[in-house]
Amino acid sequence: MELQKFQYDNKIVKWFAYATMFWGLVGMLVGVIAAIQLFIPALNMNLPYTTFGRLRPVHTNAVIFAFVGNGIFMGVYYSIQRLLKARMFSDFLSKIHFYGWQLIIVLAAVSLLMGKTTGKEYAELEWPIDILITLVWVVFGWNMFGTIIRRRERHLYVAIWFYIGTLVTVAMLHIVNSIEIPVSFWKSYSWYAGVQDALVQWWYGHNAVAFFLTTPYLGLMYYFLPKAANRPVYSYRLSIIHFWSLIFIYIWAGPHHLLYTSVPDWAQSLGVVFSIMLIAPSWGGMINGLLTLRGAWDKVREDVVLKFMVVAVTAYGMATFEGPMLSLKSVSAISHYTDWIVAHVHVGALGWNGFLTFGILYWIVPRMFRTELYSKKLANMHFWIGTLGIVLYAVPMYWSGIMQSLMWKEFTPEGQLRWQFMDTVTKMIPFYATRAIGGTLYLTGAIIMVYNLIKTVKAGNFLANEDAEAAALEKHASHGKEHWHRWIERKPVQLMIVSLVVVTIGGVIEFVPTFLVKSNIPTIASVKPYTPLELHGRDIYVREGCYTCHSQMIRPFRSETARYGEYSKAGEFVYDHPFQWGSKRTGPDLARLGNKYPDSWHYNHMLDPTSMSPGSIMPPYPWLFDDKVDVSLTVAKIKAMQRLGVPYPKGFENEAAKDMEKQAKVISENLKKDGIETMPDKEIVALIAYLQRLGTDIKNEPKEIEKK
Amino acid sequence: MSVIFILIIASLTIAIGFLIAFIWSVKTNQYDDDYTPSVRILFDNELRSKQQSNSKEKNK
Repeated sequence: MELQKFQYDNKIVKWFAYATMFWGLVGMLVGVIAAIQLFIPALNMNLPYTTFGRLRPVHTNAVIFAFVGNGIFMGVYYSIQRLLKARMFSDFLSKIHFYGWQLIIVLAAVSLLMGKTTGKEYAELEWPIDILITLVWVVFGWNMFGTIIRRRERHLYVAIWFYIGTLVTVAMLHIVNSIEIPVSFWKSYSWYAGVQDALVQWWYGHNAVAFFLTTPYLGLMYYFLPKAANRPVYSYRLSIIHFWSLIFIYIWAGPHHLLYTSVPDWAQSLGVVFSIMLIAPSWGGMINGLLTLRGAWDKVREDVVLKFMVVAVTAYGMATFEGPMLSLKSVSAISHYTDWIVAHVHVGALGWNGFLTFGILYWIVPRMFRTELYSKKLANMHFWIGTLGIVLYAVPMYWSGIMQSLMWKEFTPEGQLRWQFMDTVTKMIPFYATRAIGGTLYLTGAIIMVYNLIKTVKAGNFLANEDAEAAALEKHASHGKEHWHRWIERKPVQLMIVSLVVVTIGGVIEFVPTFLVKSNIPTIASVKPYTPLELHGRDIYVREGCYTCHSQMIRPFRSETARYGEYSKAGEFVYDHPFQWGSKRTGPDLARLGNKYPDSWHYNHMLDPTSMSPGSIMPPYPWLFDDKVDVSLTVAKIKAMQRLGVPYPKGFENEAAKDMEKQAKVISENLKKDGIETMPDKEIVALIAYLQRLGTDIKNEPKEIEKK
Repeated sequence: MSVIFILIIASLTIAIGFLIAFIWSVKTNQYDDDYTPSVRILFDNELRSKQQSNSKEKNK
């Protein structure tokens, strides 16, 4: 056998490691600021860019796609070369991947702060960035599969399967969920509407957790945990079963985010069943990770890397037990819209993703720099501060979540709601404060780590190209060089399967657009498209990220119908591109807000929320009173909506401007009656128009079922 | 609700893809040995001691 010499590329790993640390600090810092804003709203300094509604997407996108994303690439680029006994396919592609991803992050941060958002949680980035993500992802895939093809190790270690699962599935999720119709360079509308948009979005949202935060990290766990402990994984066979069962079950669980909403019942139940089934593979993986340390627990006491990894795997176990439990309809009835979900997510993010990343960084950096970690003491300190941070974060959020939910649902013996919504908000303040302390501790730990690793880097001697040697891979016995297509041609079944896949893809592309437009025909006749002014108002609602704190989905519970009004129906959302159901009620539900208060109430409320509802933690939005509605986009917006099947009359785009003026005038005159002088072309007028429209359609006229 | 068909088709496409991958991996004897790979990943640092001195590169 011929022994080949080659070198591993450590440089790309180093870059991704630095990016992980940098964006980790940024993402966590933004998180802490957002957390503090929940009890000190003034922290946004009355700037549009720093309000909670814009910071929250920056935080989630930064920690998921910047911190964890770079963490994935760091771990993948390090491990895959060694597992396959090959250098990365192309240094050039690695470079494009690295710089491309950092460019995406910067563009994402800036555009989100500017209020350029699609309004779909965890998929907020606008269409140009979406396209860029797709391109960079293809580069990553190309590089990875190129390496796999050039490998010198026939067997694909289980971690690589997890990477492949991530790569393929994330690509599909991203593309399907991001189909949107551009209005301008920085504005688009989701192709799907209402219930359909919700279903696609949470199919994506759930699987983003599954295939961005879970599968790649499981791959990393299967490589770095055995390496750090220097012993093989407890059961390799279990790890194989873990992968294949996880990959086939995970993708069907999305609807558990939409229990008791207007999504059809059968779809909800399907999601629940698969979510429960997920316990098995998830815990199989968790147990496999922990048992790898059997007989090595003395090492865990000494080795800070293992400490981080043990907590990470334990957090994974807790989160994946809790997840299926939260998917039960009766549990979801209590937990949905509350801080409980926030706690759940952060056990996963801070514990599983964060701690595994820290563990890998502490292991990888000294190795690449051929030195010892600068200070074990500091690393231990990081571990304990971080763990304490997680506890101080999660416990108050569980507590407040359950407490708030029970308060929302409490009735007096006379059958009245016991608490005003505001009561349940003011009760949250101490918990929000404790959570912010927990988050700050966690961030402090991360800062200590970065200091420690910088010192390590300074003391070390970086090995950019690491020598390795391995035997070349024997070719499979075949008759000379064979085109890949021959494999398919040889067997009819294989040919059939491949053609079926190709045909399905073709069919999807062909039928879907017509299909969707047709199914958008309203089922409630009195539900009409938004007027141009309301449409502008809705876009302002999306821009300011109102959905991060307010839901627009009343579930069919007495406690909700008594508080908010008639429960939400699927037919009410047919013109909502995108849907704005939200997932958290830091503030009250807005689905039936229309006509509840006079225009002047909204005007004063947006100017200073505490003036209308004392104790409110909502920030003021003063810029809405200065900025004018961007009417240059009106025509494009109406046209885009028409293309999406919204039944505006033909040529309506030309009358839209007039229609807007008329409606705006009515509102400004209404305001005048209450002694408020404002120009009708201001953004606040459009927003008021939208808020006053919310949920009113089915009240106005008798319900009329047109088409089932 | 017709959007569910897109989701099902997309999900099934992925599932079928992985099913094919699974069949491939079984047929190409990927899983004949379900122990050695777990140990093999632990042995890749041996070269370090004898060869590293040639390719030192200070690159930060």
